[in-house]
Amino acid sequence: MTLQRVWTRGAIYFVLVAFAAWYLMPIYLMLITGLKTYEQVGITKMWALPYPVSLDGFSQAWVKVSANFGNSIMITVPAAIISAFIGSINGYIFAKWKFRGSNTIFMLFLVGMFLPYQGILIPLVQTLMALGLYGSIVGVIFVHCVFGIPITALMFRSYFAGIPNELVDAAKIDGCGFFGIYRHILLPIAFPAFAVVLIWQFTTIWNDYLIGLIVVSNPRLAPVNVAVKNLAGTYTTQWQVQMSGALIAALPTIIVYLALGKFFMRGLLAGSLKG
Amino acid sequence: MASVTYDHVYKRFGDVVAVNDLTIQVDDKEFLVFVGPSGCGKTTSLRLLAGLEEITEGRIFIGNRLVNDVPPKDRDIAMVFQSYALYPHMSVYDNMAFGLKLRKTPKAEIDRKVKEAAEILGISQLLDRKPKQLSGGQRQRVAVGRAIVRDPAVFLFDEPLSNLDAKLRVQTRAEISKLHQRLGTTFIYVTHDQVEAMTMASRIAVMKDGLLQQVDSPQNLYDHPGNVFVAGFIGSPSMNFFDATLVEQDGKLFVDAGTFKVQVPDNKRSIYLPYKGNKVIFGIRPEDIHAAEYAAPGITPARVTAEVDVTELMGNEIFLYLLSGKKQFIARVDPRTRTHAGETIDVLFNMDNMHLFDPQSEKTLDAV
Repeated sequence: MTLQRVWTRGAIYFVLVAFAAWYLMPIYLMLITGLKTYEQVGITKMWALPYPVSLDGFSQAWVKVSANFGNSIMITVPAAIISAFIGSINGYIFAKWKFRGSNTIFMLFLVGMFLPYQGILIPLVQTLMALGLYGSIVGVIFVHCVFGIPITALMFRSYFAGIPNELVDAAKIDGCGFFGIYRHILLPIAFPAFAVVLIWQFTTIWNDYLIGLIVVSNPRLAPVNVAVKNLAGTYTTQWQVQMSGALIAALPTIIVYLALGKFFMRGLLAGSLKG
Repeated sequence: MASVTYDHVYKRFGDVVAVNDLTIQVDDKEFLVFVGPSGCGKTTSLRLLAGLEEITEGRIFIGNRLVNDVPPKDRDIAMVFQSYALYPHMSVYDNMAFGLKLRKTPKAEIDRKVKEAAEILGISQLLDRKPKQLSGGQRQRVAVGRAIVRDPAVFLFDEPLSNLDAKLRVQTRAEISKLHQRLGTTFIYVTHDQVEAMTMASRIAVMKDGLLQQVDSPQNLYDHPGNVFVAGFIGSPSMNFFDATLVEQDGKLFVDAGTFKVQVPDNKRSIYLPYKGNKVIFGIRPEDIHAAEYAAPGITPARVTAEVDVTELMGNEIFLYLLSGKKQFIARVDPRTRTHAGETIDVLFNMDNMHLFDPQSEKTLDAV
């Protein structure tokens, strides 16, 4: 390695490490604050390491948010799975059963991705009330499923578009109909797409705050993010509890990414791979 | 076992007419090959028959049954695709058994049929493998096997050899011919390769721009092309064409191409006489042009002097790229011929195999 290359390399690494540190700083602060006692927390002592280390913050936060943590699981798991399935069927149709105007309809689907939730809250609540779903966890699941359709349909459409049409033709000649092709041919080879979509939906729905806040007014039914926000008192905030709660709430998505992140990257590229 | 009938079939994609008034009768047990350049409508014609595209106008029969509105699975056909279209998540066995399973065929019968087909194709040892563990040639066999087990009335092939390397292609060509003899089923085969068409077909249907140009046996197509396109498409290298005039001199007919003038054999005189004085397209195949000293006896020769532009030694023959004036043409001559670029050489046209075409309609003026 020449001297110049060493310098270039060094500069690149320096910049990368600096960015990473900058990015991780809030998480670091969350962690050390969560491990402090109430007395150790303070804006002037922000960077001080916790001494003695205390898990009180975590145990207090867990008591307060664990029920809502369960709500979040009950919302996120079915909503992610249902929206993935609906998306896969939509994607299948848009990729393999093009009909007159299907591209226009698909474009309209995509518009759904860019709708700001805030803009549609009032009609959303009215619709849910009319359906009798307002105030229930089922209502939250329903909303997430509906809002999940554009992105899941897009992801599955891209994946299925990469699957040769001849495979569908062969299945037609072999005797498959519309659902037969989906069930016997596309579904079994759509595993990578499902992985990506499920991770995506899991993260998005888990991290939602607004829908959970609006659709269920009863705090006992609220998802974990709403409960974490409620940890903050009106006048004082126990920051070590607040930070612990936030870390607890973030844990599932972090685990999902750490466990399946490699798969996620592979899945994102799966459309370009050949079977 | 079934015949296939296209009756004035049209297929339009928007403003594009992919298949234009296709009428053709394919007999039972026949091996019909659709051939033509890409975009000529041959694959669309096959897909119409398979039911993978909807017919815009006209009727298609399999046997005596009108199949216009019959879904693909009920047409009693099987198809081999260019990409083989094997189901990637299924083993070779399951790929072949899939169609039978959907038809609720008893398990024992499926097993028997799959093993029998695997035996015929020599893939018995591959039944547990997944498609991605197979070579191109093996995949191709599985695709054929998947069609065989179905025991269809008509086999459809869509360029099944184009993904194989040259050597394997020649070998598989012969195997498909053998399979046709063995199964005694109607085969309909699409290819852009005229050699495949010539070697395998009982009849060839030449298509261009959605229009059927000519249907005939390979030999007849070669000997009696109906128009300039077919004449140029069948045979390799292509037939040479010259703009010429048909003139009479001293009671004899001549083709006058400007830079050379060759006599029409007496036995063809009466056929071409009505076109005397007309502009014509004169066609002669490279294999009907001989180096003067090695010309076969018994031909009706016409001597032409030309300049050698390029020589290509093929081993068993030489391709000479010749110039007559500015017009280039090709001759396939005896490998003993000694010549080199820049030299002037005498070649003999075998006028027994000459062709004339009308320059406007491009249709043949030969006796049909």
